[in-house]
Amino acid sequence: MTRLHLDQRQIDRARESARRIAGAVRAQMEPYTTTSVERATLRLLGVDGVDENGVPLPNRLVEHLQAEDLLAHGAAPVVIGAMLEQQSTVQQVAEAVAAGTLRLRRPANAPLVRAACDEEAGKRCAQIAAQRAAREAVIASFGEVRTPWLYVIVATGNIHEDVKQARAAAEQGADIIAVIRSTGQSLLDYVPYGATTEGFGGTYATQENFRLMRAALDETADRVGRYIRLTNYCSGLCMPEIAAMGAIERLDMMLNDSMYGIIFRDINLQRTFIDQFFSRMVNAFAGIIINTGEDNYLTTADACEAAHTVLASQLINEQFACLSGLTPEQMGLGHAFEIDPEMTNGFLWEVAQAQLVRQVFPAASLKYMPPTRHMTGNIFRGHLQDALFNVVSALTQQNIHLLGMMTEAIHTPLIQDRFLAVQNARYVFNTLRDLHAEVEFKRGGQIERRAQAVLDETGHLLARIEEIGLPAAIGQGVFADIARRPDDGRGLDGVLAKADDYFNPFPRLMLPGGH
Amino acid sequence: MAEQWLKPYGDTLDDGRVQLSFTLPVALDEQAREAARQLAAMMGLDEAAVVHAEDMGQGFSFYIVYGQCRHRVDLAAIKVSRPDYARLDKDGVDRLISEKMGRKMVVVGACIESDAHTVGIDAIMNMKGYNGHKGLESYHQMRAINLGAQVDSEDLVVRAIEEKADVILVSQVVTQKNIHLDNLTRLADLLEAEGLRERVILIVGGPRISHELAKELGYDAGFGSKTYAEDVASFAIHEWIKRTARQKGVHHVGN
Repeated sequence: MTRLHLDQRQIDRARESARRIAGAVRAQMEPYTTTSVERATLRLLGVDGVDENGVPLPNRLVEHLQAEDLLAHGAAPVVIGAMLEQQSTVQQVAEAVAAGTLRLRRPANAPLVRAACDEEAGKRCAQIAAQRAAREAVIASFGEVRTPWLYVIVATGNIHEDVKQARAAAEQGADIIAVIRSTGQSLLDYVPYGATTEGFGGTYATQENFRLMRAALDETADRVGRYIRLTNYCSGLCMPEIAAMGAIERLDMMLNDSMYGIIFRDINLQRTFIDQFFSRMVNAFAGIIINTGEDNYLTTADACEAAHTVLASQLINEQFACLSGLTPEQMGLGHAFEIDPEMTNGFLWEVAQAQLVRQVFPAASLKYMPPTRHMTGNIFRGHLQDALFNVVSALTQQNIHLLGMMTEAIHTPLIQDRFLAVQNARYVFNTLRDLHAEVEFKRGGQIERRAQAVLDETGHLLARIEEIGLPAAIGQGVFADIARRPDDGRGLDGVLAKADDYFNPFPRLMLPGGH
Repeated sequence: MAEQWLKPYGDTLDDGRVQLSFTLPVALDEQAREAARQLAAMMGLDEAAVVHAEDMGQGFSFYIVYGQCRHRVDLAAIKVSRPDYARLDKDGVDRLISEKMGRKMVVVGACIESDAHTVGIDAIMNMKGYNGHKGLESYHQMRAINLGAQVDSEDLVVRAIEEKADVILVSQVVTQKNIHLDNLTRLADLLEAEGLRERVILIVGGPRISHELAKELGYDAGFGSKTYAEDVASFAIHEWIKRTARQKGVHHVGN
């Protein structure tokens, strides 16, 4: 096994810093819940559908609970209490509230209601566990595919077109299909409903769209003889709800970063930290692999100068993931091949970074992202840049490999762009398959020294973040050169303090070892 | 002017050699292959040859074709419009602004609507710039406000009003089904509707933007690739000086 000689104690110290950084944030956010966490809780309990104006019932219910000053107690006990009283289902309660025929109030018998919450939530958790088992059974029957898994994006705006493109991509060799969301969905404070055929730069994430794509990929899996993983975006203002929908519809991966929304979408920091915890807990329980978004830092910051911020952020993302119960295999920590191709020895620095990340997170399902920033209209050079990216991925044994498109800088992929990208990756992966086991890094060579230098800087950065706290660090623009303050950004109005008797049945059922 | 006829070059002058590749929405067979060849011929290629054909599955097939272009153009007869300005360096721009404006020039920039690619706007606006060319944020006589990606045109206009912007700079990098044209038109229309169009210098940049296209869409200038901050800045201050002179002229007549 090709390995860099790195100072393991330094890695351990950096990880300890990250653990304390994440722990401090978690403790700060623990007394709060959000409207989106409560809506996700309702969705998990079975509330679905929209009212006559197209407003999702989870939103109607949570707005009602806010208006009645009940939300701080938790949506679950109030709604389940009403369900017991009405001798109905949660869905019927939601419909009655939306119709204006039912006004919710605090339930009379708290222990009884809590027991009923646990029972209802337990039933729903069993369904999600069954989806997880179904996935594992199908993968076992086909056999797991070799890594790096080829990750391909579809983004037509129309779910039915997406299905066609996804099937074609899977037939050409894609292992993972990601359906890009419509521009701006991350800033919607509700989840659109039903099958959608119009989107901008992508397709709305809706539960029905999830279901349609899942069914299509299951069918394709039978034809191509391997399980095709489905990915969507568990990010933005509805992060926890998307997690709930994905768990129910058996998505396999979710883009689910602990800080992306804060930095790149100007979503409030508190809202994001609370939402990411709940959404990751659901993803963990559903056996979903999360993908983090550190690659994005390098679209605004320089890939060489900011390399340590990527590793620092990965360590923080890892620790937040641990708090939510994700296993290392479920952590698709992100990084990217973004060094300026004009830089002498730039390829060495790419290898150094990818191998460093591989060694710091030996069990993680690393997600490696292709060049974007330095792609140009010269598709011939672009194809070569993508080939070099493929080489690094094979050599450093990355797991989730997002296919680079030679037309990256021009347009969303045409069908032949994707076709050629798959061929490029398959060629490189096949011809270099065992190279990683045949060559060694020169002891004290340039690659090793570069990796060690990034590790040093990462340690210093994490120590500084630990000292001032993560919110203050984000306020100073440590990541991606973008600064955000704790009380700024969208969605702060959806953050509320929990009452003393706040109750939510899911953490106890979903977190390993309970709440 | 003497004519200067031009066609693509492969290895002999005027051989017209070109390559192209495309997908046909049918499975690969001999008929499809011939269809690809005929299509290339209709595109103006003599001796079109399908050098590679491959089935892509799901009823699609991929072709690489070489041929000899029949057409030619007269280079001497071609006119390309370019933004009209003398290119200054950063210090030159700063000096001219302070001399002519006597205050900082305010530039508000964004990637508008669906575009999430900030590469272009960052290269022009951010302190660091690109390829050793410092961005507008580094200009002492400019207040450069980069709003980043996916900014609604409405929000951009509101911000421009708040900041009393002299210049609005928009970037459109990646497009899908030519959505960038709709985005750009929408912004120009909005500015017109707000009565701001005459007051701001409106500039667009992006790899598929030409000055000609920009003018067509109602912009003052368009910049393609290989543009740096000093190009944009030089144009902006020259345009400002030109307009101010024009407005003063009108003013005198009015008196």
